[in-house]
Amino acid sequence: MLEAVKTQQTPVIEGAPRSAPADVQLDARLAAAPAPMTGATAPARADALARLKEQGLPGPRHEYWRYTDPAPFNAARPEPVALETVAGDPKLFASVDKLRLVFVDGRFDAAASDDPALAGVEITTLAQADAQPGHWVAEAYGVLEAQGQKPVRRPFAVLNTAVATDGLVIRVTGKADRPVQILYRPSDAGADVIVHHVLRLEEGAELTLLENGLLGARGNVVIEADLAPGAKLHHIAAPRAGVARIATTHLFARVAEGASLKSFELSVDGRHMRSESVIELAGDDAVAHVAAAVLGDGGNLRHDDTVFITHGGLRGESRQVFKKVLKNGATGVFQGKILVRPGAQKTDGYQISQALLLDEDSQFLAKPELEIYADDVKCSHGSTTGALDETALFYLRSRGVPRERAIVLLVLSFLADALEEVEDEDLRAEISGRLEDWLTAKAQG
Amino acid sequence: MLEIKNLHVQLEEEGKQILKGVTLTVPAGEVHAIMGPNGSGKSTTSYVLSGREGYEVTDGSATLDGRDLLEMEPEERAAAGLFLAFQYPVEIPGVGNMTFLRTAVNAQRKARGEEELSSGDFLKLVREKAKALDIDAEMLKRPVNVGFSGGEKKRNEILQMAMLEPRMCILDETDSGLDVDAMRLVAEGVNALRSPERSFLVITHYQRLLDHIVPDVVHIMHDGRIVKSGGPELALEVERNGYGDILAEAADA
Repeated sequence: MLEAVKTQQTPVIEGAPRSAPADVQLDARLAAAPAPMTGATAPARADALARLKEQGLPGPRHEYWRYTDPAPFNAARPEPVALETVAGDPKLFASVDKLRLVFVDGRFDAAASDDPALAGVEITTLAQADAQPGHWVAEAYGVLEAQGQKPVRRPFAVLNTAVATDGLVIRVTGKADRPVQILYRPSDAGADVIVHHVLRLEEGAELTLLENGLLGARGNVVIEADLAPGAKLHHIAAPRAGVARIATTHLFARVAEGASLKSFELSVDGRHMRSESVIELAGDDAVAHVAAAVLGDGGNLRHDDTVFITHGGLRGESRQVFKKVLKNGATGVFQGKILVRPGAQKTDGYQISQALLLDEDSQFLAKPELEIYADDVKCSHGSTTGALDETALFYLRSRGVPRERAIVLLVLSFLADALEEVEDEDLRAEISGRLEDWLTAKAQG
Repeated sequence: MLEIKNLHVQLEEEGKQILKGVTLTVPAGEVHAIMGPNGSGKSTTSYVLSGREGYEVTDGSATLDGRDLLEMEPEERAAAGLFLAFQYPVEIPGVGNMTFLRTAVNAQRKARGEEELSSGDFLKLVREKAKALDIDAEMLKRPVNVGFSGGEKKRNEILQMAMLEPRMCILDETDSGLDVDAMRLVAEGVNALRSPERSFLVITHYQRLLDHIVPDVVHIMHDGRIVKSGGPELALEVERNGYGDILAEAADA
C-alpha cells in the first residue's frame, strides 16, 4: 500500500491573477469585518492588510483551491444558520478535568469561563494583550502566519491576522497539569467568527490544548504556536461538530530542537471546511504529528485538509495520518506536502491519507506532494480510497452483530490509526466514545 | 436440527452453478463431516447457510429447527443458533476482541429477547472459557485477530463459539494451517461443546481432524452434490485411497 517515493520538483508558482471582481469582493469582505485593534498588534495588522490587498482573495484557479471552492469563504457575510439545527456536542471533553475558556460568537466570555489561573501557564486575551504596551504578543502576532505564506499563499489566514479582534494569548513556562479547553459557542445566527490565538511554549514547557464547540455561521480560526527547545504541545481540535459549518482553520507552528507538536482534528459533518496545518521543524530532532478523523455525510459537504510540513533540522520526524469516512455524496480533500530542506538529513517523513466511501456517490481527492533537497532521508506516502470490507462486515454479522452496528464498528476500525495519534489514553477513549455515539445515533436516525 | 433439501446455488455475478442439489440432515446432538476435493462446494455450503452475499439460491431449502434459514439476514441466523467458524478469520484492527465478543453476545441475547449480560458477568464468563482454550488476557485485549498466529485465530473462533453457545456449529476447514498441537487444542474446545442439544457440521479436506473430533456421519461431496455418506470409516478410506475410488464408484452408481 505504501511506497517510498523520493522526488524533486520545482515549487508550484502560486496565485491566480487578480481580477476586478476579486478586489470588489475583498473590499466587501473587509468592510463587513470589525474595525481592527490599534494597540500592540497594530503594525502586524497593517502589514497583513497590505499583504492581503497585494494578493487578494483566492479564486478557483488558484493551485491550492482547485478542489475546494473558496466562494463561501470569500463572501462578505455568511448565510445565517438556524442555531437550533446546529446544536453541538456539549458532552465532548465534559468528563475531562480541564481549564475551560469560553468564546461566544468569537468573543471571550469571562463570566462563562473558569478563572484562567493555571500553574506554569499565563493566559490573557488578544484584546487585553493588544491594549498592553510592550506585551510580547507584539513580537509574535502574525509572525508565523506571515512565514507560512511561502511558498503557498493562505489568504484567509492573512485576512484573519488583519482583522481578528479576539483570541487567547498563552505563554507556557512549565508543565500544565491539566488541558486548556477553548469552547466555542454561538449566540447570533449570523455570527462571522474570526479568532486568532497566539501560543508560546518556553523551553521544556508542556500543554494540551482542546478546541471544541460551535464557531458560528462561519468561522475563521488561526493558531500560531511557537515551541522552544524540548517543548510539547498536544492539540486536539473538534470545533466543527454539527451541520451547516463553514470554516477555515489554520495552525501555524514552529518546532524547535527536540520539541514536539501533536495535532489531532475531529470533524463531524461540517459543510464546507478547510483545515490547514503549516508546520516548520526548525531545530534538530523535532517532531510533528498531524492527524484527522473526519465523518462527512451529505452532498453539500466538503472537507479539505491541507498540510505543509517543512523539515529544516536534522533527524526530524513527521507523521500525517488523515482518515475520512464519506457518504451520501460528501467530498473529502487532502493536500499534504513534505518539504525537506537542503541539509535536513535523516529526516523521517510519513504521510497516509485514506478514505472510506460508504456509497458510490462520495469522493475523495488526494494530492500528496514530496519535495526533497537532502539525500539521506526516509519519506513515504500513501493514499487509498475504498469501500467497506464486505468480508469483515459478513464476519461481524455472522456473529449476530446487526448490520448497522457492524458498520459502526468497521468505521471505528478504519479511523483507529488516526485516533492512535492522540497520545493521552483518556482523551483518546473520550474521543472514541463520542465518535461511537455519533455514529450510532446516525445509524439509528 | 439442520435440514438441507435439494439445495441449488449459483454465483450471483458469474451465474456459475456451484451446488447442484445438496441434501443433508444433521439431527440434534450429532457431528457430521463433509469431505471432498477442492472446488466440490464444501465452503460454498457453509457460506450459503450462514448468509454470505454473492450467492443465489435457485432451488431447494435449508432450515434450522424448522425455520427457513435462507430468508434470514446473517445476524438473524446467528441469533437463531447458527455459527460458522471461518476458514480465514477476519482481522479487524481498532476493535478490541473483548468489545467484539461482548457486542456479539449481547446482540444475540437482545435479538432473542433475553437480558444482556452485565460487564461483570461477561468478564467472568469470557475469562473462564478463554482459559480452557489457552487464550490469555493479552489476546482478549488485542484487536480482533490482529497479529494472531494461525492457531490463535482458530482458537479465537472456538472461543466465540463457546461464548455464543450456538445450536448448530459449522466448522469450515478449521484444521487448515494448524500444527498437531494447535489442532488438538481446537478439537478439545469443540469436543467440550458437544452436547445432545448441539450439532456440528465439520468441513475438512483431511481425515486428521476427524481423529480428534469423531463424527457420527461422514459425507463425501463432489461437484456440488453429496455422492456418498457413511460412518467414520469413510474418512479413513479417503485417507488411504484418496477420493478417486469413491468418486468413480459414485459415478458408476
